[in-house]
Amino acid sequence: MLGEGIIKGMAETARNFLGSYVSDDRLTTVQYPEERTPQFENARQFPFLVFDGSDPLKGLRCVACQICEKECPPKCIYIVKSKDKRPDYKGQMQLYPVTFDIDLSVCMSCQICVEVCPFESIKMDTAYELSTSDRFGGLLVSKPQLAKPNDHYRKIHPTDAALSDAALAAEVAKAQAKARADAEAKAKVAAEAKAKAAAPNPVAPVVAIA
Amino acid sequence: MTGLDQVFVTLKHWLLGQLANILPNGLLPVVSVLLSIAAIIMVFASLFAIMTIMERKGLGRIQNRYGPNRVGPFGFLQPAADGIKALIKEDLVPRAADQVVHLLAPVMLVVPALLVYAVLPVGRNMVAIDFDAGLLFFFAVGAASELAVFMAGWSSRNKYALLGAMRAVAQMVSYEIPLILSTVSVVMLTGTLSPVKIVEAQAGHAGWLPDWFVFTPWGFAGFVLFMIAANAEANRSPFDLPEGESELVAGYFTEYSGFKFALFFLAEYLSLFAVSGLGITLFLGGWQAPFAALDFVPSWAWFFVKLLGLIVLFIWTRGTLPRLRVDQLMNFAWKFMLPLALINLLTAAVWHYMPPGMPRWLVGGALVVGPYLMLGRGLMAGKHISKRTYRYAE
Ligand code: SF4
Ligand code: SF4
Repeated sequence: MLGEGIIKGMAETARNFLGSYVSDDRLTTVQYPEERTPQFENARQFPFLVFDGSDPLKGLRCVACQICEKECPPKCIYIVKSKDKRPDYKGQMQLYPVTFDIDLSVCMSCQICVEVCPFESIKMDTAYELSTSDRFGGLLVSKPQLAKPNDHYRKIHPTDAALSDAALAAEVAKAQAKARADAEAKAKVAAEAKAKAAAPNPVAPVVAIA
Repeated sequence: MTGLDQVFVTLKHWLLGQLANILPNGLLPVVSVLLSIAAIIMVFASLFAIMTIMERKGLGRIQNRYGPNRVGPFGFLQPAADGIKALIKEDLVPRAADQVVHLLAPVMLVVPALLVYAVLPVGRNMVAIDFDAGLLFFFAVGAASELAVFMAGWSSRNKYALLGAMRAVAQMVSYEIPLILSTVSVVMLTGTLSPVKIVEAQAGHAGWLPDWFVFTPWGFAGFVLFMIAANAEANRSPFDLPEGESELVAGYFTEYSGFKFALFFLAEYLSLFAVSGLGITLFLGGWQAPFAALDFVPSWAWFFVKLLGLIVLFIWTRGTLPRLRVDQLMNFAWKFMLPLALINLLTAAVWHYMPPGMPRWLVGGALVVGPYLMLGRGLMAGKHISKRTYRYAE
């Protein structure tokens, strides 16, 4: 019959209306500033730069390769390379960023900068209350604000941080093994050269005599 | 009892008496009218504020949300915050818009919405103008809002606004007919077009029921038709096609911002109250108390209690029903409501000429239920209504 569905629907909404006063389980709203839901591990908001050690600016892993700057879709990263070099975590001499700015108002949280970085140096942060009352300077996040310790990364994304640490450790181990092998090879060459120099040459005198 | 009942009337007379000492005699009628206007604007504008917060909280609860709950105790001061926000917002007018018409449209919409209150009796002796052709005046002035809606849509130079305005005009013109036809039966039986006399005709009690027209078969059918048509006239869900947010941004007032936008909302709610007030006057006994024992409650209180009841009903339907399609809307108006309203005229006549008693109820009831069932079947014919199944969402 016409109108039956309307009556049923009205009953349903009335049930919801009254039910929401009776049982709090129905209300799914989280009262935000006072209540918060726990964050998911893979939540992401805005990039930060990882540093090792204790000095934020000296320990930055970033080597100013500018891959992220080129790949960022809305082009919100700005990097100025250094003139000098300094050793990175492997002890290799590398450039470092003198300026590293990200425009908060432009970044779209796509995480592409993180995906392309070959040095595990830029990662996504989970902080989401990023509003500021200064809409020009306050929205341009610079190097000192971006630099965060590796422990912070371990805390917010434990799984990813473990993988990243393992990858870096493997690189360091490989570099050390290579250095050791190089050193051994060098030592061997040197030893041979020494031995050659020390041992009397049976031919030479002959030549010399001749 | 009469003291409280007539408190506003006595207040006005007292004020006029005081003013008579300082004002020239010729000005007194003007002041008297201005006093009534001020009262109407104040009362119904605050009712608008109350309804917005009730609606937002009610819809929230229907959807298992809290609704606004930050401003003031339980969020009840939210309308004040909304008002301040609307006032201080930038007023944008599209460069291509017809500036004059664009400016006039919201005003043109609010003015008839307020004018119709002039003939609405909100209590015993409480009507701004006791006008013999009040009902005619109500509909004639109310029809001006269609013009304002089209002015808004046309002058904005925006496709959504224009589409919304065209839908609005089509819808309002279609639903005006059942709206007016459903009131005609009341006019037929009371023999007057004056809202005050119509309320007086509903005084008294038949057994335990008050003599309101809604408690007769034709009156009940008329009331339901009237409320549905009123809902459509006010462009409220499920008849909110002219401003369907998901299709037309905001319909005919897409290009309005700031306080003009608020004026559109104000006009919409004001005309909703006005048309509900008319429904109360015509079918729900106006300001009469339902039982003689409750006569001690002032008459204006009864009017506003009934008005709040109808507002709750409007909010409830809005929270329940999804929006219709344009063809469904038109089918409903022309193939269902119009014939029912016409048949209702016959029912009213039959009711009037049969002697009181059980047979009158049976015939009247049959004349209402029979066409309803048949027309309802006709409306649903050829439609396969089954439970909808979803492939991916379950
Ligand atoms: S997250 Fe995306 S948009 Fe933001 S800085 Fe990285 S690449 Fe650019
Ligand atoms: S963050 Fe990574 S990709 Fe970007 S410049 Fe530094 S090292 Fe290169």
